[in-house]
Amino acid sequence: MTKVTMTVNGRPVSGEVEGRTLLVQFLREGLGLTGTHVGCDTAQCGACVVHVNGAAMKSCNVLALDVAGAEVRTIEGMANPDGSLSGLQQAFQDHHGLQCGFCTPGMVMSAAALLAENPRPTEAEVRHYLEGNLCRCTGYHNIVKAVLAASGQDVSGVGIAAE
Amino acid sequence: MPKDGGIGASTKRREDVRFLTGSGRYTDDINLRGQAYAHFLRSQVAHGRINRIDTAAAAAMPGVLRIFTAADFAGVGGLPCGWQVTDRHGKPMQEPKHPVLAEGKVRHVGDPIAMIVAETPEQARDAAEAIVVDIDELPAVVDMKAALAEGAPKVHDELASNLCYDWGFVEDNREAVNAAFAGAHHVTTLELVNNRLVANAMEPRVAVGDYDFATDTSTLYTTSQNPHVIRLLMGAFVLGIPEHKLRVVAPDVGGGFGSKIFHYAEEAACTFAARQLRRPVKWTAARSESFMTDAHGRDHVTKIELALDKDGHFLAIRTETYANMGAYLSTFAPSVPTWLHGTLMAGNYKTPLIYVNVKAVFTNTVPVDAYRGAGRPEATFQLERIIDKAAREMGIDPIEIRRRNFVTEFPYQTPVAVVYDTGNYHATMDKLLEMVDLAGFEARRAESAARGKLRGFGIAHYIEACGIAPSNLVGQLGARAGLYESATVRVNATGSITVMTGSHSHGQGHETTFAQVVAEMIGIDAKNVEIVHGDTANTPMGMGTYGSRSLAVGGSALVRATNKIVNKAKKIAAHLLEAAEGDIELKDGRFTVAGTDKGVDWGSVCLAAYVPHNYPLENLEPGLEETAFYDPSNFTYPAGAYGCEVEVDPETGKVEIVAFAAADDFGNVVNPMIVEGQVHGGLAQGIGQALLETCAYDENGQLLTGSYMDYAMPRADDLPFYRVDHSCITPCTHNPLGVKGCGEAGAIGSPPAVVNAVIDALHRAGHTHVTHIDMPLTPARVWAAIHRH
Repeated sequence: MTKVTMTVNGRPVSGEVEGRTLLVQFLREGLGLTGTHVGCDTAQCGACVVHVNGAAMKSCNVLALDVAGAEVRTIEGMANPDGSLSGLQQAFQDHHGLQCGFCTPGMVMSAAALLAENPRPTEAEVRHYLEGNLCRCTGYHNIVKAVLAASGQDVSGVGIAAE
Repeated sequence: MPKDGGIGASTKRREDVRFLTGSGRYTDDINLRGQAYAHFLRSQVAHGRINRIDTAAAAAMPGVLRIFTAADFAGVGGLPCGWQVTDRHGKPMQEPKHPVLAEGKVRHVGDPIAMIVAETPEQARDAAEAIVVDIDELPAVVDMKAALAEGAPKVHDELASNLCYDWGFVEDNREAVNAAFAGAHHVTTLELVNNRLVANAMEPRVAVGDYDFATDTSTLYTTSQNPHVIRLLMGAFVLGIPEHKLRVVAPDVGGGFGSKIFHYAEEAACTFAARQLRRPVKWTAARSESFMTDAHGRDHVTKIELALDKDGHFLAIRTETYANMGAYLSTFAPSVPTWLHGTLMAGNYKTPLIYVNVKAVFTNTVPVDAYRGAGRPEATFQLERIIDKAAREMGIDPIEIRRRNFVTEFPYQTPVAVVYDTGNYHATMDKLLEMVDLAGFEARRAESAARGKLRGFGIAHYIEACGIAPSNLVGQLGARAGLYESATVRVNATGSITVMTGSHSHGQGHETTFAQVVAEMIGIDAKNVEIVHGDTANTPMGMGTYGSRSLAVGGSALVRATNKIVNKAKKIAAHLLEAAEGDIELKDGRFTVAGTDKGVDWGSVCLAAYVPHNYPLENLEPGLEETAFYDPSNFTYPAGAYGCEVEVDPETGKVEIVAFAAADDFGNVVNPMIVEGQVHGGLAQGIGQALLETCAYDENGQLLTGSYMDYAMPRADDLPFYRVDHSCITPCTHNPLGVKGCGEAGAIGSPPAVVNAVIDALHRAGHTHVTHIDMPLTPARVWAAIHRH
C-alpha cells in the first residue's frame, strides 16, 4: 500500500492505495464520492469521467497513484458554491437531459470540459465530443439540446413536430 | 394550460437534482458494515461436463472466507420460470432446472461455476484464478435449426430434445389460413432475422445480501425493476425464506429495459452466502460479466407470408418463427415469443385470418428474455417489412396499402385474441405526413444524388399492447403471477402526502409524474406529495415496472387509492362544515358546501383526521390512509406512425439517418416532457438495432460481442435530433386516466421504418434486386446487398 495525496473538489485528500487501485476506486471507495460511476471495464462508456487538472479523463482508466498531486474535480464539485445547480446542470434538468441518471455525472463532466474548450459548439461538435459517453435512456436528443442551451444557444425549435 | 405540477404539465423532474449532483443512491453505492465481496468463476466454454472442481488452493488464499459450488446449493431450489406455455398439442413446455450454480454441466459461456467470497473484491478475483476446474468440453449448439436437427447435442440431457415448445396460434385457424393462401390473388413471402441484442442498461447489475441474526431477516439490495417479484421468486422458490423474513430493496436503478425484471442467480447466491457467513456479501458485475449473464433480447428467425386480394387487402398471415431461449428459461422468457408476440400479429390491420407458429429452442447461449418491447418489436418488424414488400410487388403505394387495411372501428376483435379498445390510425398517419414533408422529398433526393448519396424514405405503423395485464387472462395463458399494481396513499397530519407504489422507477420519473396525478386530484402543490418505491418493507405488494405498465396499471391503483382518500376526507369535511356529505365539493385543495361560501381547507381536514377532537368517531375511523390494488380489464393499445429518411453512401454502404419523425397516440399524457424523452430513448434503441447492434456468437458458442469494444452501442454522433408528436389522442377506455403507455413505442416502430427507408433508397437508385437486408444494416451488409446480383 502506498500513500497518495491529491486535491479533490478543492479539498486536500489522502489515502492508502495499492498500485493497481484505479482513480475511480479511490474516489468511490476511498473517499466515498459515489457520484462517479463505473459502467464498463473497457474505458468506453464514460460514466466515470472526472476532471484532472481541468481535463476530462476516464477515471476507470488511470491509476490513483498516477494522479498524485493533481487537482481532481468530480460531479460532487460541480454545483454552485451555494449548493444550487450550475448553469450546465440546470440545463440538463430543464431539457430533461437525464432519465436513470447513471451516465449523467460523466455526461455533465464531459460537457463541462467541452464548453470550457469551445463555449459555443455546434450540434455536430457536441455530438462528436460526447461520443465517448454512452447513454441508453435519452437517445442523446435532450442531452445535446441541454448542452447547446447551456452554451446560450436557442434550442426552442429542436424536435418540434412541424418543420 | 395545465397547472404546473398537475396532469398535462411538463413538470421538471424532482429526481434530477440528486442525479445531477452525484447524490443518487445506486446499489453499488451501498456498503454495509463488515461487508465481504463475491466473485463468480464462470464457464469459458459454451457446453461442457464438469468432472471436478478443486477449490483447496483457492480457499487457502489470503482473505478468502468461503467458496461455494453447486453442492452448497443442494438444499435450495433452482431459479424459477414465471410463465408456462402450452404447445400446439396441449402439452406443457419442456422446463429444465436452472440451478443457482452449474450442476454437472456448464451450458453457456458465463454460466457460474463457483462463488468466491473474500474480504476484498481483489482477493476474491485472485482466488478464482486458483480454482481448478476439470471440464470436458462438449459440442455446442448455437444455431436454432441445427439445435433441432436429429442427433444434435442436447443442452439438457434430461429433456427429450432442444425444443422447449412448438406453439400454434390460433391453432384452430390453421386450416382456414392455409385455405386463404391457396385462394389468394397474391402472396408475399419474406424470411428475416430479428437480431439478438443486449439490453445494456448503463448500470451493471449489483446484489448485496445481508442477514440480521437478531431478527432472522434477510435483506437483498439489488438492481431490479420489481423488488416484490424478486422477493416472491427468490423467497418462495429458491431459498425458502418466507416474505416476512425477507426484504428486497431496489434503490436508484440505472436503467433496466427489461433486463432487470428477472431473478438472477447472483441475487440468490449473495443472499444465501450472507446467511451462511453472517456477513453482508456484495457482488458488482463487470460490464463483461453483464454481456454474458444479463438476459439477452429478440433473436428470432422468421418466415412470414402475407396473402392479399387483387386490391391489396390483406386476407391472411402465416408465420413460422424460431425463438432462441438460450441455455435456461429466464423468468418470463416463454411468454415473449408467444403471448407478447402472436397476439400483436394483426398490427393495425383488418387481417381476418392469422396463424403464428413459434418453435422455442434451447441453445448454448445466454438466456433470452424480454427486452424493451418484448415480442411486440418482433411482430411489428415482420408485419411492417412484409407490407412494404407486398406493396412494392403489387405496385401500390406503401402508405396507401396500409390505409386500405387499417382497422377503423373500435372496439376491434382481432383474430389473435386481443380486443383493441380504441385508436385512430388514419389520424396518426395524417399527423406523420404533416411532419415529414413528402412533397419536398424528390428535391431532397436530387440534392443527395448530386452528392453521390442515395436518399430513401421509409414508413412503419405499429401497435403494441401495454399495461400488462388482466390477471385472470394471463393466468389462463400460463402466467404464474398476477399482474395487478398497488398504491398506498398516506396523508400526513398536516396535509402532506406520502405515496407508496408497487411499481418502480429506473429512469421513468415516477417520483414526478405520480405526484402530478395526486396533486391534480386533490388540488394541492405537487411539492407536498412524496413518492416512495423500491422497498418491499414499505410498499404494498406490486408487480413492478415493465411493458409500459406503470401509469396505466400503477397509476390506476394510485387514482383508486386517492379517490378513497377524497371520499373519506369529504365525510370529515361534511362533519366540520355541518353539511351533508353529498353537498361537499373539492376544488383546488379546499372543500366547500355547494352553493355556499362555507369551506374548509385540505390541511384542516387532514389535521382533524389525526387529531380527532371534533370528528364523527362513532361512524368514521380516524386517520387518512388508503391502499388500492388495480387489476386492468384489458391491455392498452398505443399506436403510431413513424417516418425515417436516410442517405446511403453507395461507395461504402454506410447509412445515415437524416430525419426521423414519430406520431404517437399514447392516449392522455401526464407529463409531455417525460413522454417525449421515453420516445427519444426508444427510437435510439430501435435505430441501434436496425443499424448498429447485434450480439454475436461463433459456432462454438463463444460470445464475440463481450464488451463495448465489440458491441456497437449507439453513440451521440450516430443519431439525429428526432421530431416527436403525441397530439393524436384516443384515450384508453378502461383505465381512469385514459393513458396507454409510451416506454416501448420508439423501440417497436423504428426498426422497420429504418429498414424500409434503406430498401426504398436502394430501389429508387435502381438496385431493385434488394428486397431485404437483415439487421443490423452495417455498411458491409448494405454494400454487399447492393453488389449482390
